[in-house]
Amino acid sequence: MGFLSRLFGSDNGKDSAQRAKNRLQIILINDRTDITPELLENLREEILNVIIKYVDIERSKIAIDFEKEQGATALVANIPILRIKRGGSIAMN
Amino acid sequence: MAARVIVTTSGKGGVGKTTSTANIAAALAKFGKKVVAIDADVGLRNLDVIMGLENRVVYNFIDVIEKTCKISQALVKDKRVPGLFLLPAAQTRTKDAVNPEQMIALCEELKPDFDFILLDCPAGIEGGFKNAAAGADEALVVTTPEIPAVRDADRIIGMLESMGKSPIRLIINRLRPNMVQDGDMLAKDDILDVLSIDLIGVVPEDENVIRSTNNGEPMTMSLDSPAAHAYLNIAERLLGRDVPLMDLESYAGRGFFSWIKKFFSGGSKKK
Repeated sequence: MGFLSRLFGSDNGKDSAQRAKNRLQIILINDRTDITPELLENLREEILNVIIKYVDIERSKIAIDFEKEQGATALVANIPILRIKRGGSIAMN
Repeated sequence: MAARVIVTTSGKGGVGKTTSTANIAAALAKFGKKVVAIDADVGLRNLDVIMGLENRVVYNFIDVIEKTCKISQALVKDKRVPGLFLLPAAQTRTKDAVNPEQMIALCEELKPDFDFILLDCPAGIEGGFKNAAAGADEALVVTTPEIPAVRDADRIIGMLESMGKSPIRLIINRLRPNMVQDGDMLAKDDILDVLSIDLIGVVPEDENVIRSTNNGEPMTMSLDSPAAHAYLNIAERLLGRDVPLMDLESYAGRGFFSWIKKFFSGGSKKK
């Protein structure tokens, strides 16, 4: 059985090297994006300070974090808006 | 003479830093160079044992730094190969007994008298590593084809780069060609892909490493074995010679079978 599954490349026990490489790539992406909690907190504060100039937001439900998926890191922010400030569009001009 | 100062490092322990240092040092001396191998692993010294010189250690480099003795008194001359010296570490001290400035000064003092200074670095990324790396211009990073070792190598490479070491080159140690062919061990190119660093040599897994440690004689001194051959090649490449990589597949000798397996499993490889 082991012989056949190896020969025909079924998932069990096959190509552990390829699995190792995939895992390694993900590990190194995570290791290399060296983001400290302080940095994330500063980033969050600055982003929010810009946003609240234009919209009212619900501070308690804000989620800003890095999401790491295969091959890429994304900054994902979920910021619930309560209402758009009336003067917002004028201020931009 | 102004020696090239090279640190051998890895991050992870047990991947073969000391064995690599000893064998490369002996190989360089065999090629006619004057070499000193410094054991920078204060408190856990082992280079003396791997080189088989443990009975001849009187002073160590901490004694030199603290001016208890002269540098010439601490150097242990290897009588088997002309031009090979060991500068041992202190066994009963800790890494705090030395700082980076002192290591740099020590290397500067040795430079005029040697062609090569090889620093055998302790495992880890703390003080011991920083001391050893401080004195070096170039670096050899040792890894094995396993995730933890490659991961730590990546970390160390980043630190060496930020310290301005150049060139930084990789030794892949303990590779098993059979397992690579069966798709059960990271191959040389897999590791180079993820680390993106220059390779200086691949050392195959070899029982003679254990024998040579038992005997206290670096393999490159006499034994004709695959690992000895690989280390001699690395020494030649350090000397700037263009030596092709060993044909490790010929040790494996299962080419056709693995080709069939690869052919059938090729399609489902990428998930």
